[in-house]
Amino acid sequence: MQNTLSSRLMLGLAQAGIAAAASMVVVLFARRRNIHLESELFIALVRGIAQIVAVGSVLVLLLRGPRWTSGIILAGMMLAAASTSSRRARVPGAFQVSLYAIFAGAGSVIALMTFARVIDSAITALVPVGSMLVANAMNTNSLALNRFKADVQSHVGQIESALALGAGAEQTVTPYVEASFRASLIPAIDSLRSLGIVWIPGLMAGMVLSGAPPLYSAIYQFVVLAMIFAASGLTSLISTTLIRKHAFSAAEQLVLRPELPAH
Amino acid sequence: MYCRDNLESAERMQRCACLQTETRILTLVIRDADRRTYIEGALLNDNADVPIPSVILRTEHLSRSVNGRLIVDDVSFEVNQGDILAVVGPSGAGKSSLLRLLNRLDEPTSGTYFVEGRDYRDFAPRELRRRVGMVMQSAYLFTGSVADNLRFGPRQRGENLSDAIVSDLVAEVGLPDFASRSVDNLSGGEAQRVSLARALANSPAVLLADEPTSALDEEAKRGIERLVVNIVRQHGLTCIIVTHDTAQAGRVATRVLVMDAGKLKRIGPTQEVLSAEHT
Repeated sequence: MQNTLSSRLMLGLAQAGIAAAASMVVVLFARRRNIHLESELFIALVRGIAQIVAVGSVLVLLLRGPRWTSGIILAGMMLAAASTSSRRARVPGAFQVSLYAIFAGAGSVIALMTFARVIDSAITALVPVGSMLVANAMNTNSLALNRFKADVQSHVGQIESALALGAGAEQTVTPYVEASFRASLIPAIDSLRSLGIVWIPGLMAGMVLSGAPPLYSAIYQFVVLAMIFAASGLTSLISTTLIRKHAFSAAEQLVLRPELPAH
Repeated sequence: MYCRDNLESAERMQRCACLQTETRILTLVIRDADRRTYIEGALLNDNADVPIPSVILRTEHLSRSVNGRLIVDDVSFEVNQGDILAVVGPSGAGKSSLLRLLNRLDEPTSGTYFVEGRDYRDFAPRELRRRVGMVMQSAYLFTGSVADNLRFGPRQRGENLSDAIVSDLVAEVGLPDFASRSVDNLSGGEAQRVSLARALANSPAVLLADEPTSALDEEAKRGIERLVVNIVRQHGLTCIIVTHDTAQAGRVATRVLVMDAGKLKRIGPTQEVLSAEHT
């Protein structure tokens, strides 16, 4: 057992070396055209292997833990996802909104699907599948918040005209909330639509490589994408609903405005 | 223009000094042909047989700072019912910033103002904005018909403007038969007229106008000026109009407020202030 593990590890490192060498070839070609990527790529390769080995080692330890460990791991992922997403969006209240939306959106779908046994409750299944849902919910959330911000900032005149006529603050941004929600789901819908035609996603590839029946792997890939859509959609629905109130002050003034040029 | 002509003839015909009690300060009262009263000076006699214009809007040390910079700096003034007050000054003087405070699109950072005697914070923001209407630099009409736009404000309070009121309003701004038209094909001047009618549909007491003609050609600009003056007079409104154009202030305003670097530099009757500015 110990023997196969260490030989597997050696095999892995050898494969990593060959794959890295392939990327070095690209650098050599680039060099001929005077594009210098050497140091950048070298750092990226070293960083990548170090990170994934470190995370892999932690996972190895965690995978031996009790089943509730996956709850903690996923909660940590959701927290990181909310932070990443809000940093990208730069909207007031974005972290809080992203946190609630991802926990309620991705979290509830993961919990429900685990309860319904669509996701195996073993850590080895729950954590990777759950992390896919969280990562996609994060991307959708970022798209939704960015779109909302851009739409509001480019319609300040319309919004303030409506406010000046006595309209309720949150109602004045309803069209932009709807547009953001719709736009944020385009990637998830497109993934579902093009599944198997444009791409065979990683999960199916992984399952087939590790010996699962290919047809089941294919169906399960659909299951995952449908869950991703549910988690992303719910997240975006919640975040776009919550973010609208952060666009305004308590006295119904639009605060999500383009940066004023300094005079 | 229209207004000033009227004022001048009124001055000739009906200039009168009010009877004053010894405790009150003498006030010049001018009444025009429509029996509207213009008053310059300080305190008013409440015993004269003229209706006393009341102070409809008063600011006290009104200020707003953004990122540590005072864009409106300790501005105190009064506006009487029926006044058309032009706010003039160089660009960046804080004219629009001042106007935006008066319907609470922005929040004052210190000082306060009173609308019809009540502190602005005593109104729900939506109610304040209904009473203090605003026309912006661009019309910013909502997609749909002209009538949809006019109905927008009242609908916020659950009221539905009748077709008769809508057609009265469009006729009043010089666009009869425009009610069912889409806003997509309006000229700049027409759009600004619709925007004015849309603000009027809310029956405001005070109308704020932020450079309402700056995007228009000369002819459309004069048309809007005449319209604003007429509407203010006919509805018994009070108007504060921000303009970078002192000639425009001269044509429409009864009083002028000059701002510079966020501060109130001068306020008074139009001719007085404009001639002081030109010397």
